[in-house]
Amino acid sequence: MDVLIFKIAVLLSFTLFFVPQKARHLVTLLLVGTLAVVTSYWAVQSFMSVEVWEKNLMYLVDHPVNIIIDKLSAFFILVINLTVITGTLYSKGYLKPYTTLKTSQEMAWHYFNLLWLHSSMLMVVMFRDALAFLIIWELMSLASFFLVIFESEKKETIRIGIQYLIQMHIGLLFILIAFVVAAVQSGAPFSFDGLEVYFSTHSPFGLFLLFFMGFGIKAGFVPLHTWLPHAHPAAPSHVSGIMSGVMIKLGIYGILRVLTYIHTDLMMIGIFILLVSLVTGVLGVTIAIVQRDVKKLLAYSSIENIGIIGIGIGLGVVGMAADIHVLAALGFAGGLLHILNHSLFKSLLFYTSGNVYQQTHTRNIDYLGGLHGKMPRTTVLFLVGSLAICGLPPFNGFVSEFLIYSGLFKSLQGAELFPVIFILLGIVGLAVIGGLAVFCFTKVFSTIFLGTSRSDHTVHSAEVSKSMLFPLWLIGLLILFIGCAPFLLMRPLADIVYVFTGHTQLITSMGHSMTNMCIASGVLVAVVGLLWLLRSRVQKNKVIQHNVTWGCAYTGANAAVHQYSSASYADNIRQLAPGVVGVKKEYKHFEETEIFPSPRSFDTLSSDIFEDHLITKPANKLLKGMARIAVFQTGKTQHYLLYALVFLIVILLLTLVNWI
Amino acid sequence: MSILSIILIIVAAVFFPGIIGMMKSLVVGRKMPSIFQPLFDVIRLFKKGSIYSTTTSFVFRLAPLVYFATVFASMLFLPIAGERGLLTFDNDLVFFAYMLALGKFFMIIAAMDTGSGFEGMGANREALYSMLVEPAFFITMGSLALFTGYTSFYDLFTSVQINTDFSYIIGISGVYVLIFIAMVENSRLPVDDPRTHLELTMVHEVMVLDYSGFDLGLIHITSWIKFSIYTTLISNFLLPVDWPLGFQIACFFLIQAVVAGVMGLLESFRARNKLDKNPQWILMLSAIAIVTFLATLIIAEKIVLN
Repeated sequence: MDVLIFKIAVLLSFTLFFVPQKARHLVTLLLVGTLAVVTSYWAVQSFMSVEVWEKNLMYLVDHPVNIIIDKLSAFFILVINLTVITGTLYSKGYLKPYTTLKTSQEMAWHYFNLLWLHSSMLMVVMFRDALAFLIIWELMSLASFFLVIFESEKKETIRIGIQYLIQMHIGLLFILIAFVVAAVQSGAPFSFDGLEVYFSTHSPFGLFLLFFMGFGIKAGFVPLHTWLPHAHPAAPSHVSGIMSGVMIKLGIYGILRVLTYIHTDLMMIGIFILLVSLVTGVLGVTIAIVQRDVKKLLAYSSIENIGIIGIGIGLGVVGMAADIHVLAALGFAGGLLHILNHSLFKSLLFYTSGNVYQQTHTRNIDYLGGLHGKMPRTTVLFLVGSLAICGLPPFNGFVSEFLIYSGLFKSLQGAELFPVIFILLGIVGLAVIGGLAVFCFTKVFSTIFLGTSRSDHTVHSAEVSKSMLFPLWLIGLLILFIGCAPFLLMRPLADIVYVFTGHTQLITSMGHSMTNMCIASGVLVAVVGLLWLLRSRVQKNKVIQHNVTWGCAYTGANAAVHQYSSASYADNIRQLAPGVVGVKKEYKHFEETEIFPSPRSFDTLSSDIFEDHLITKPANKLLKGMARIAVFQTGKTQHYLLYALVFLIVILLLTLVNWI
Repeated sequence: MSILSIILIIVAAVFFPGIIGMMKSLVVGRKMPSIFQPLFDVIRLFKKGSIYSTTTSFVFRLAPLVYFATVFASMLFLPIAGERGLLTFDNDLVFFAYMLALGKFFMIIAAMDTGSGFEGMGANREALYSMLVEPAFFITMGSLALFTGYTSFYDLFTSVQINTDFSYIIGISGVYVLIFIAMVENSRLPVDDPRTHLELTMVHEVMVLDYSGFDLGLIHITSWIKFSIYTTLISNFLLPVDWPLGFQIACFFLIQAVVAGVMGLLESFRARNKLDKNPQWILMLSAIAIVTFLATLIIAEKIVLN
């Protein structure tokens, strides 16, 4: 019955092309809701029982395709459903201005793909059969591709979309090769479960590396991340939120799924994941700091958070390899919880920046400023997202980072020298990432919402509609809920970690810390409240004036120009890490003879060194090579006949000397 | 469990800035101000009205309160004289560091909220310095966790005392790093000069330029308590827990007074770093912390030398 509902809901997606424009969002929401309810029901059932939930979905060329939901899949199902529902709710208001620009069928196509992105993501985590998995993985990439190129009238968007599509197929190729290698070399069935046989007889690192390349492109590990900073800004905000919130996590899911089958050589794999993740985390946030495009900045910050998740997982694997139970359990627990947490605050940040984009029509934060008066609710929500993403208490991001830190500190004494080095690296890495994240988000929040406006983009902005704000409040509440009552999550989290480590008591023992953290957060809020009351009492009979900001006795300055911009705020980091952030300044020097200077302009451009050296430069070289070869393409029939003749003569000569 | 630590820290915090002021006057040969002078200043501020910039939002109003509340909440974890803090739990040191970061986050955005270039400059520097100093704190605490096997402030400090003679090695380098972390976190010399009169070279002072009245008073109090908290960490390093309680408390105040005195002395003779040398200087703390960590590895016999 429930499987039938799932099938029907997926099939009903085609009706979207036939329903009237006005009802379309409602129908999408209903279908997304149905899918979410059914799959969440399965997921909860899987959480409740010790057994793995399994049912047949369909047959693919006489080959059964089963839905298999263990606790890991169940966790991902819940995360996917949550973010897609908020994204769909949000899309109504966000897409409203586009209904006049786009034809009805274009809008239907968009919603159709949104629905398919949802169902394909769900099926990705439910399928174990390799063929079905690869097909649905491809469908997911296609659906997201069409969602990204929603504004296809812009040439740039199409270019980015194609780039995304190509990179996804390179990823798919790696995963395909990995599955084929495993199946051929071990003779086991072409499925995830077949990997068990392969890994029990072969050294796992090579095959794991193939999987890591394939899934890592989706997840955005440095240096495989180059599609992210382009695709996220190009896509509409609800799509960016869903893609960054959950779709890239499915890359992590793939890596985690493969890890469940590996039982040997874990040390090398763990260290590999840890080192890649540390680089990903630190570079992601450093590059994020110098961005001016808010969505590009958020995309780089997603890369950073993938790094944090990877640090947790890598430490978990190191802990398993070195038999440090506490590191294994808490590393995985922190990494997994951060998947959920990041899906919440990153979607919140993308949606709120969508609000800003809808009202101001620019993503360049240096054109914004002082929006707090015009969009007060968006301001608060963005602030909540920023605090959460910096991992500050009492918000949810802190809880997952705290779990990882706990694993690190607790395992220091018991570990041998070799793991201790990596534990120290983990501590330093997390601390540096945390500090940089604060730098990054104080910059972006204050440049967009605080101070005074920097251009007339903000003149006509106003708070967005209630239908757009509702899902955001929902996410905000969840963020606070996880941040303030984290002890409730420890039990389910322990169940998921059990899939990897086989022991869990350490996670549930975190309950004491979590309760005390909760009390401390309560004290924090209470003190703020009391002080607020005290201040209103104290100030009651005093003179409270309002005046312009004190300009240090200098009154000639234009406040909008005088204040710090995003580029000036980031300049410190640019000076510290010039090799990484690759910022170019464009300006003309003053000539010595120039007594009356002409008007000048100054611009800074940031580029991603990985993209430059790994993608753009090789691609340009290839193109140049191709251009040279193109001299043969003259368009004259005589020349082509000549080529054929030359070819025949060469073959003839080779045959004469018995080469072939 | 006791609220002893909170009371002691607050009492020490009241005298702390007074002692620094007295020491500075003594060195330059001025008549010494009363030890309560800073307290009188704050009381005067509380009596005054306030002026708010029209550019500012709720963030500006909220920030000093959050700043105070975070520092207050981080007091709850600190043990004193072998007495547990009110809330002691595993890894409370992580919570401690992130709690203080929350306060800083708010002070930074509050400075940006005024839309002033000067305050932006201060906010920007504060964000950079606190980012750079973070690893030093975590590595130092990591060394302690490695040495003792515990992860809460209470357990760390009680067992680092009774462990072995080697504690002193870790104790000394740990105290050294902590003193300078305290200098950076509280915007004192050599990173920031609280006496400077030029806004361009300020860090913390310029961030709070637009605050007045109650808010400014609260910010001052918060900085005192913050300083006192770091000094408490230092005294926890030094004081053996098996001494009698009264004697420990006396020593606690002595250490607070000595640290304040030394600070006044240092600030009278030392000049501030060149601003662009600050990042290097702060990173040096992490380097020393790593050396401490290596020493701990040797003491814990993870690295075997022969």
